[in-house]
Amino acid sequence: MEHIKEEELIAYHDSRERQSPDWHSLSVHLNDCPECRAALEKIEAVFAAMDSLPVPDPGENYGQRVWAAISPRLPERQPHWWESFFAPRRLAAVGAFAAIVLAAYVAGRWSKPQPPVETVDTAKVRERVLVVAVGDHLNKSEMLLIELSNAQPNPASGKLVNISAEQHRAEDLLEENRLYRQTALKEGDQVMASTLDELERVLLDVANSPDQVTPARFESMQKKLESRGILFKVRVIQQGLRDRANPAKQPAQQNQQRNISKMNHKEGNFA
Amino acid sequence: MSQMTSSVDSALVPDAVAVERTLAGDRDAYRILVERHSQNVYRLAYRMAGNSHDAEEIVQEAFLRGYQKLKQFAGQANFGTWVYRIAANYAIDRLRQRKVEDSRREPPARESEEGNELDPLAQIKDSAPSPERLAGSSQLALRMQQALRELTPAERTAIVMRHWDGCGIEEIAAVLKSSTTAAKNTVFRAVQKLRVALEPFAEGRQTARAMGME
Repeated sequence: MEHIKEEELIAYHDSRERQSPDWHSLSVHLNDCPECRAALEKIEAVFAAMDSLPVPDPGENYGQRVWAAISPRLPERQPHWWESFFAPRRLAAVGAFAAIVLAAYVAGRWSKPQPPVETVDTAKVRERVLVVAVGDHLNKSEMLLIELSNAQPNPASGKLVNISAEQHRAEDLLEENRLYRQTALKEGDQVMASTLDELERVLLDVANSPDQVTPARFESMQKKLESRGILFKVRVIQQGLRDRANPAKQPAQQNQQRNISKMNHKEGNFA
Repeated sequence: MSQMTSSVDSALVPDAVAVERTLAGDRDAYRILVERHSQNVYRLAYRMAGNSHDAEEIVQEAFLRGYQKLKQFAGQANFGTWVYRIAANYAIDRLRQRKVEDSRREPPARESEEGNELDPLAQIKDSAPSPERLAGSSQLALRMQQALRELTPAERTAIVMRHWDGCGIEEIAAVLKSSTTAAKNTVFRAVQKLRVALEPFAEGRQTARAMGME
């Protein structure tokens, strides 16, 4: 039996190569060939070692520091008068204004006077929408983490574990997660931001994995999840959001912060 | 979460709108883009440079160049991807320049005492790690850092962009100014070199597993 070349194994490790016509034949070969599986594990070990290299956190207000450093060096930008006149935003605003005037005219002609309706506090509505959106995102992330943590591949069989479904879900969740993390960071909600940051790293790990992994690699992914305690942190944040959505029984953010810092402290002791 | 909503509007201003406002003369709109994308660019810069001092310089230079070239951006792609590419281009130029400078120096210059945070990788190369240091950090991580440092600038760029940041081969080829086939080969070469550098560790782990010790 002819063995797989190293280049092919490296490409195989990369999930984006799964569309290639050779990918499935390589999968079949890997299932039957312990030597090639061992070679693949060596390549996986390289990537795992790379993942273990830390990048220091530059701090939550790093973006502000960068802005403070570069803003005095930015030259003034003077647009031509016609550039600003024809800017798409301005054109859009003019269009929107015209549409409102037209709508008001039509409505005025056809509608009858109505009793005044109760005004809505837009800030509260916005907060509620955000709470629901973040809650939904955390819920989906929790489901994914539970499935990954509870899966039990059989290491003795040596067969590759298919995580393509989880991988696609992680890819979908990543974009949302980035947006919520940036919002939390911007608003100084450190507990939320740091939990979402950790969640993002986990999602990135899953999304960047090949869609079939060796049982050893899968086990190391599970261990990583467990050691980070990410599932617990996500649950704590979710509980905080539920309390916020239901202010009648609100133990809220202090508890949430205490639980997560306890957890982080514990991790620090292990590290 | 209540804190989150107070300036949620500014946080949710799309990149395209911030770019447009900047181009229309609102310099402060560029702040939104800087604050939003600095962390991502920093991660790339740190992995390319190997130290936070150089990484911060790369981030600042990338955003300065981004501001100067903003008209060229013209909403063609995602701003984050665009500024990331500027940072990668600048970082690879810096790495190449640093290599040339290092090769000219005889004997190789050592970092100053104050600048010992400057490049941890340089420290690894210059001095054997002490027992305390080995005890405190993983030998494998040290070996990996050293192996990354020994890659050529192109290989280091390719592996950082491909593995850590999930960039496509076309994107890597654009930064390396090479064909996609050459970029693909550069990634393979980088992985092969790292694999060889880590071979003793991998064998040790496999033996341990075979003996039921791991």
